[in-house]
Amino acid sequence: MSQEILENNVASEPTPGEKHFPVFAVTDDIIALADDRISHYPESKLSAVLPLIHIVQHKHGFVSKEAITWIAEKLEIEPMKVVSVVTFYPGFRQSAPGKFHYRVCRTLSCAMAGSYELMDQICEITGIDRSKLSHHHPIVVSPCGVYSVEFAECLASCGTGPVCLVNDDFHENIKPENAQDLINQYKA
Amino acid sequence: MSDIKYLPGKEPHEREHRLIFKNIDREGWDPSIDCYMRDGGYDQLKKAINMEPADITGEVKKSGLRGRGGAGFPTGVKWGFIPPGNTKPVYLICNCDESEPGTFKDRYIVHQDPHQLIEGMVISAFAVGAHTAFIYMREEFPEAAIIMEKAIEDARAKGFVGKNILGSDFDLEIWVHRGAAAYICGEETGLIESLEGKRPYPRIKPPYFPAALGIYMAPTIVNNVESLCHVKHILEMGGEEYAKLGVDRNTGTRILCVSGDVKNPGYFEIQVGKMTMRELLYDVCGGPKEGKEFKAVIPGGSSSKILRCDETFKIGRGEDAKDLDFWDIQLDFDTLAACGSMAGSGGVIVLDDSRKMSWVLNNINHFYAHESCGQCTPCREGSTWMKKISDRIVEGKATPEDITTLEEVAYQIDGKTVCAFGEASSWPVEAIISKFRDELTADTDEKNERLSKEQLQREMFLGK
Ligand SMILES: Cc1cc2nc3c(=O)[nH]c(=O)nc-3n(C[C@H](O)[C@H](O)[C@H](O)COP(=O)(O)O)c2cc1C
Ligand code: SF4
Ligand code: FES
Repeated sequence: MSQEILENNVASEPTPGEKHFPVFAVTDDIIALADDRISHYPESKLSAVLPLIHIVQHKHGFVSKEAITWIAEKLEIEPMKVVSVVTFYPGFRQSAPGKFHYRVCRTLSCAMAGSYELMDQICEITGIDRSKLSHHHPIVVSPCGVYSVEFAECLASCGTGPVCLVNDDFHENIKPENAQDLINQYKA
Repeated sequence: MSDIKYLPGKEPHEREHRLIFKNIDREGWDPSIDCYMRDGGYDQLKKAINMEPADITGEVKKSGLRGRGGAGFPTGVKWGFIPPGNTKPVYLICNCDESEPGTFKDRYIVHQDPHQLIEGMVISAFAVGAHTAFIYMREEFPEAAIIMEKAIEDARAKGFVGKNILGSDFDLEIWVHRGAAAYICGEETGLIESLEGKRPYPRIKPPYFPAALGIYMAPTIVNNVESLCHVKHILEMGGEEYAKLGVDRNTGTRILCVSGDVKNPGYFEIQVGKMTMRELLYDVCGGPKEGKEFKAVIPGGSSSKILRCDETFKIGRGEDAKDLDFWDIQLDFDTLAACGSMAGSGGVIVLDDSRKMSWVLNNINHFYAHESCGQCTPCREGSTWMKKISDRIVEGKATPEDITTLEEVAYQIDGKTVCAFGEASSWPVEAIISKFRDELTADTDEKNERLSKEQLQREMFLGK
């Protein structure tokens, strides 16, 4: 029963970014990382859901059905509990982003400083069709799979906008005309 | 403090009074424990561990410290809400979700001065009797999560965290817990649900006041990063001495984050209430950009009600009532509340005369429509309606009636939801309409097509 619900609710669509990430597999390093996180919550293993999803997503780019099943087994919970978390949080993905994922802040102060224009520039340089960005498809991957973009909400650096996260690297004061520099720093 | 040097171009403004940000952008400063300890770090913890926990809470009460996360609730009073005779474990949570648009202060503490936060947390945990503490860190601070975890390890190695802290019988574990890019995780009960491994649906208060029924249904104290750092300084100065900073009922220092249309945006730690809008925007932030004039200010994060720069406010009641000009507003909790807005999270967003209010409103509406957790109907549906109506206004497709509809939707959210997000999303709309109605109406046209019921439904439920 629960496997069926899972099949019907997990929608990991293929993207060109996939080839840049290893396919999900239960490895020793992932088990060790997970066990360490679980030990932080002696009162309830369920609390380790977000940390475990982070571990998987960091390595594999997104959270696949296989990963969800593994996390659920590891925490001895129903897979749907993991699905409900993955589908709620904008920070979790069910499809692979590009190798370099650009999150441009679109909130007020950054928008006033030119973040929408920055997004346009990044898309133009990387060949991404920004019209495909929407609430239900917040991430668009470039055809080569190296780049992807997403609008982020306020990244807590409003005084130095426009700001942008590229994977885990933070960049501030990126004027739209400097988009090329920001791309050049990340090559396949 | 005179021997402290700052990085070139990063010197504090002479009107600042730095406690919390003393080490931010300091020359030669690094986030290591050695650097922190060379500067007298963890001395206050050494003092605290020999005090009675109730006396620490007493000092915090005396200090008058009000929470810096948004609501401005007195910290010591909150700590006192843990039910007497409680037998469950007590938890301390540091709210490092920093996601209120316009706010950028906790970021610098966790990146540059992590041990100040740890010291503040250990003292606070000792005061409230917590043996487990979590730092709920927004996902978009990946580097800070690594810095904080390293700092906690280093503090553990020195005996400041872990078992038998400084040889006492007090134990405390601190864990960093990362969120996943959802604004609602900043709301304390949403945060708690998230920490329990669930969707961050806020809980209804009463009965779920965290200090009584928090994480795992046990007493939980949730405080902002900046608030917890203040605890260390309160102990250092003594509550009474600390309360001499700032003004009556609005004590201490706080960090204001200024962004938008000013010459020098940035963070400024000031004595609460000891500075006016004029001083902040002109003296500290250098005035408007070349050829521009100030138009309006959002004083405490995007959720706070906007103030027009040409507004005058009626302050006080009856005989004591007086007029207050926008420029003379004292930047403290009570004055901003009296002006119909709030000091909130300290995020000051400045708009000049080149900004169209319909565009500003639309940007804000997109934020709240995206971030509503969806648990209650007025907020979930209303925030999306508000976004779609303001979309029409900026696209030039709205009729004057749309403004009325927009206003009505806002008032149907406000006060009718599980959590304060309802107010956070509707206040900006209410305030911008009431203060800039003419400007918004000018962006509409009688001749625009009024959407039929079917078209409206299509827009609302099928997307555009
Ligand atoms: C929608 C919403 C978002 C919030 N976001 C934050 C936040 O990002 N950081 C924060 O410290 N408090 C935030 N708060 C306030 C918290 O609920 C809580 O009041 C605060 O963390 C308490 O700490 P303090 O007493 O030290 O201010 C938010 C509240 C609401 C209603
Ligand atoms: S007010 Fe909005 S954010 Fe808060 S619980 Fe209701 S739907 Fe969720
Ligand atoms: S608005 Fe972009 S960081 Fe806050």
